Amino acid sequence: MRAARTILAVLALVLAVRSPAWADPPFDPKDPAMAKYISGDKRSGYTFAEPETRAMQDDDFMNPAMLWVGKGETLWSTVEGSAGKSCASCHGKAEETMTTAGAHYPKYDAGERKVVNLEQRINLCRSQAMGAAEWKYESEPLLAMTTYVKMQSRGVPVSVVVDGPAAPWFDAGRRFYYERRGLNDVACAHCHVDHWGQHIRTELLSQGMTNGFPTYRLKWQKLGSLHRRMAGCNEEIRAEPYPLGSFEYVALELYLAWRAQGLLVETPSVRK
Amino acid sequence: MPATPWMRHAMACAMLVAWTAAAWAEMPGDAGRGRVAVIGKGNCLACHHLPIPEEPDHGDIGPDLSTVGSRLGATELAARIVDPKTINPDTIMPSFFKTDLHRVAKDWQGQTILTRQDVADVVAYLLTLK
Repeated sequence: MRAARTILAVLALVLAVRSPAWADPPFDPKDPAMAKYISGDKRSGYTFAEPETRAMQDDDFMNPAMLWVGKGETLWSTVEGSAGKSCASCHGKAEETMTTAGAHYPKYDAGERKVVNLEQRINLCRSQAMGAAEWKYESEPLLAMTTYVKMQSRGVPVSVVVDGPAAPWFDAGRRFYYERRGLNDVACAHCHVDHWGQHIRTELLSQGMTNGFPTYRLKWQKLGSLHRRMAGCNEEIRAEPYPLGSFEYVALELYLAWRAQGLLVETPSVRK
Repeated sequence: MPATPWMRHAMACAMLVAWTAAAWAEMPGDAGRGRVAVIGKGNCLACHHLPIPEEPDHGDIGPDLSTVGSRLGATELAARIVDPKTINPDTIMPSFFKTDLHRVAKDWQGQTILTRQDVADVVAYLLTLK
């Protein structure tokens, strides 16, 4: 008995010394539970998340982002603006009319003659169809509505149009992605193409897939947009960020959506 | 194989770096201060493993530097710290003593990650790792 305990203790010590400092979250590409989060070589941020974080996303009752979804659902049928309309006045039930929209933005808008993301599309509806004031980027109602609309496309593969009139935005997004910036002098691609799966201290680098945004981020203790995340990335590498909703970030968002094509919309995801 | 323009450019850069970095090698550095800079403002542990056991979770992006002093000399080390893109244009590694970079945050404009003396100190420290 004592011998067995000694052997166990030695074994534990050897394992503790031998195992790397970082213990990655478990991930087996052959695990059927992971199939939803993989497409070819692409891996959703979910597969890089800790099991506890995954569990929060898996259960809508535990997912804190659902607070924003609830707010979005209320706003959907709230009449506002000079036209006396709500979203529902034109679009009916979101569960029936918004089932794929979230998978196809950013998208070229012929009326605006530019590529717009979902946040901007919602604000165009407000200013043009409802006669209501636009919501500020990253404001609670805009986050709530964006998340509510995008969640209707949960499970739909991301698929965006990047040619035709959208091509200039796509090209600008790709250039941004491969352009070094900031005092750290790195491009998005250095972390998320060249070195994903490796570690900056304890930070496990993901592929930077965007299919789960807007996301509830534990670090923020709230829901946030993809553009907020981009600005955060820029600040981390000591680069001057662009304004949320800027041409640069919409173009990058389109490129990132193209990168994530095939992965399923996970909104609202939970990340660290 | 004929040298492509890119290869000629890379060779010219490498020669320029070897020449300028040689001056770095002559600058006296303090290994103790270098070790502090490696942990602190250099943030080298973000990507490299180093024999600094009091700091947990060294990164694994770059090569292990535990014995780098037996592989590289002062000139080569300085070149890699000052502007590693002259050696590998695609590297993720920052240039620690370079100012003409793209879209640097306002608070950092005109600055370098390390000072000239820091670079010399870090080189002195790395040379002790054999």
